[in-house]
Amino acid sequence: MNGHDIQIGPDGKLHHFLSVEGLDREMLVSILDTAERFVDVGRQDVKKVPLLDGRTVMNLFFEASTRTLSTFELAAKRLSADVLNLHVSKSSTTKGESLVDTLKTLQAMHCDIFVIRHGDSGAADFIARHVEPHVSVINGGDGSHAHPTQAMLDAFTIRRHKPDFSKLAVAIVGDILHSRVARSEIRALNTLGVGELRVVAPHTLLPARVDSFGVQVFTDMDEGIADADVVIMLRLQEERMRGAYLPGHGEFFRMYGLTQERLKLAKPDALVMHPGPINRGIEIDSATADGPQSVILEQVSNGLAVRMAVMCMVLGVET
Amino acid sequence: MKKLCLKNGHVIDPANGLDKIADVWIANGKIAGVGRKPDGFDRFDEIDCKGLWVMPGLVDLAARLRAPMPGIVTETRAAAAAGITTLCCPPDTAPPVDTPAVAELIHHHGDEAGNAHVRVLGALTRALAGTDITTMAALKRAGCVGVSNARWPMANAMVMRRAMLYARTFDLTVFVEPDDHSLTGDGCVHEGRVSARLGIPGVPESAELVALSRDLTLVRETGVRAHFGRLSCARSVELIARAKAEGLSVTADVAAHQLFLTDLDCAGFDANTHVRPPFRTDADRDGLRQGVADGVIDALCSDHQPHDEESKLAPFPSTAPGISALETLLPLCLRLVQENLMNRTEMVRRLTSTPAAILSDPAGSLGEGAPADICIVDPKRVWQLNPDEMVSRGHNTPFGGWEFTGRAVRTLLNGKTVFELK
Repeated sequence: MNGHDIQIGPDGKLHHFLSVEGLDREMLVSILDTAERFVDVGRQDVKKVPLLDGRTVMNLFFEASTRTLSTFELAAKRLSADVLNLHVSKSSTTKGESLVDTLKTLQAMHCDIFVIRHGDSGAADFIARHVEPHVSVINGGDGSHAHPTQAMLDAFTIRRHKPDFSKLAVAIVGDILHSRVARSEIRALNTLGVGELRVVAPHTLLPARVDSFGVQVFTDMDEGIADADVVIMLRLQEERMRGAYLPGHGEFFRMYGLTQERLKLAKPDALVMHPGPINRGIEIDSATADGPQSVILEQVSNGLAVRMAVMCMVLGVET
Repeated sequence: MKKLCLKNGHVIDPANGLDKIADVWIANGKIAGVGRKPDGFDRFDEIDCKGLWVMPGLVDLAARLRAPMPGIVTETRAAAAAGITTLCCPPDTAPPVDTPAVAELIHHHGDEAGNAHVRVLGALTRALAGTDITTMAALKRAGCVGVSNARWPMANAMVMRRAMLYARTFDLTVFVEPDDHSLTGDGCVHEGRVSARLGIPGVPESAELVALSRDLTLVRETGVRAHFGRLSCARSVELIARAKAEGLSVTADVAAHQLFLTDLDCAGFDANTHVRPPFRTDADRDGLRQGVADGVIDALCSDHQPHDEESKLAPFPSTAPGISALETLLPLCLRLVQENLMNRTEMVRRLTSTPAAILSDPAGSLGEGAPADICIVDPKRVWQLNPDEMVSRGHNTPFGGWEFTGRAVRTLLNGKTVFELK
């Protein structure tokens, strides 16, 4: 009954991309390798390849997002697919039309790919179980569960700078508890064989049994990023200041914010990453976000390549 | 009504210490005798029960019937099909049972349906809002067998304390489903390995333990009789054991499904495993089992919560919690016997006379003069649960496809057959 069984088609190839969980190293490497082929498309004058010509991609977003939505949209367009963006407010699914009814209606438009963003953990899995077999579902983020394309674009960015995962110490810092990015990253980087994976957060922002993730847990930022090769900062949602998770921005920044000073504790060539959008002065200061070690904007460009790769792979299109 | 004899069945009646092959004699809807033919049985119908168990009808301490209508008709029919003859309905109906009128309405519909005895718990607070206590004396007069706030929170400990004192005034048992809502939050699986992995908000163990500890303290202070239902944590069993050892007037139950599933069963996002309290760890499940075996947990119940298909057709956190559980109550409890957790007499006791005593109900016994509410079980019948064939309107069960040995084949209510397996 696990979501991850349904990701792989009977031919052993990727049919849906719902979660990194359940995919083996070979599959993840093949996503990264495929993405390599798309990096240059954006640098050409004609930023388009005809691989998904005549195919339709529907971005079905139940949760507000501009960045993820635009990168999926642009990725599909660069592959020459037709793209439809649909914002479904949660109220329209709870009032009257059920999620399954919405799906059936959209399916009647003969789309090839649904990209799903939804506030509920498990939503992409649920949708994948209710679409017709020829439709592929890509998870664009479900609740606090998974954000697999983000995890893969981060792995991709790391590999471009530091190709041997086994030699790396990677620290993920911030709100691990609510982060789908962290969950997917941890799974992806562990599967790809990262030497040392660390999470850094106060206890209020760490999940129960975080030890079961196969990570080293730090509550002290200085210790957590010491000699790290990569420091991934997570976005801190404003609402965490309520609900007694944290006392306020000031203390969080003092204890867990990434500054130029603190970054010196990491390796001299450590990469600074962030899935965006960044809160300057809350989890990272401007000098570090814009500094020489930051690859934050590169992550965005790489996101296009990774999403193009995944779209081609789930439709079984040879690149 | 014609007299009736259940012939040659294996009678299991823990209330009267019976566990032997005997005939059961029924007249005027009541037990006329077990064993030797009573006087005045010249002409009677006979049902051959050779190879079958004849036991008191099951008494279920917690079943949501989606009362008053139309749920009550189908859900009591499902109860009959599962050998359950007495159901206790928590007060969180729509509208809630906070006035005698609602209690009377549910009783009326229950009687009219005629498939099972429907007992009702009155609300502990008005509209279950947790702030103002109800007219408990009037609710008791209307037939409420106890008072409860179901899973709704009390505004604070003071209201709970006074509600207990007031309930005690009228000799009413307070039924508690311990759940501290501030700790439960929007959690919908046990906080642990699975919530961490799936990113689904977790319900910490403390949500149950904090509420249970508080209410046990208040029971000690108020002297009220209390029943703690639907426990999910091994540590809750310890707390109940300590309270009992201290001499507090407390009893406890567990939903049968809690003895079989754990949070790992939620790992595939199957909405049918979404229950409240959530399935917890292996250690909790084993602790609950031990509590049942040791008698710390007195009764087993269904915690029946039927849902329509729509309520479960959504991503896990957005689905309604609960299992349609009437029809798996006895089959799961039979498994406990097959797995040697308890012997069959003890199992029958936990499903009949013990819950009846908790409700101060005359049911759960085949003693002379008791209502002839009887469950006849074929202990050898092997069958597989197909959710689509369930009698309840709710087909929401995580036990679809499970194979069971033993099944209710006939149910009598007041001496009348209300269910017979075709």
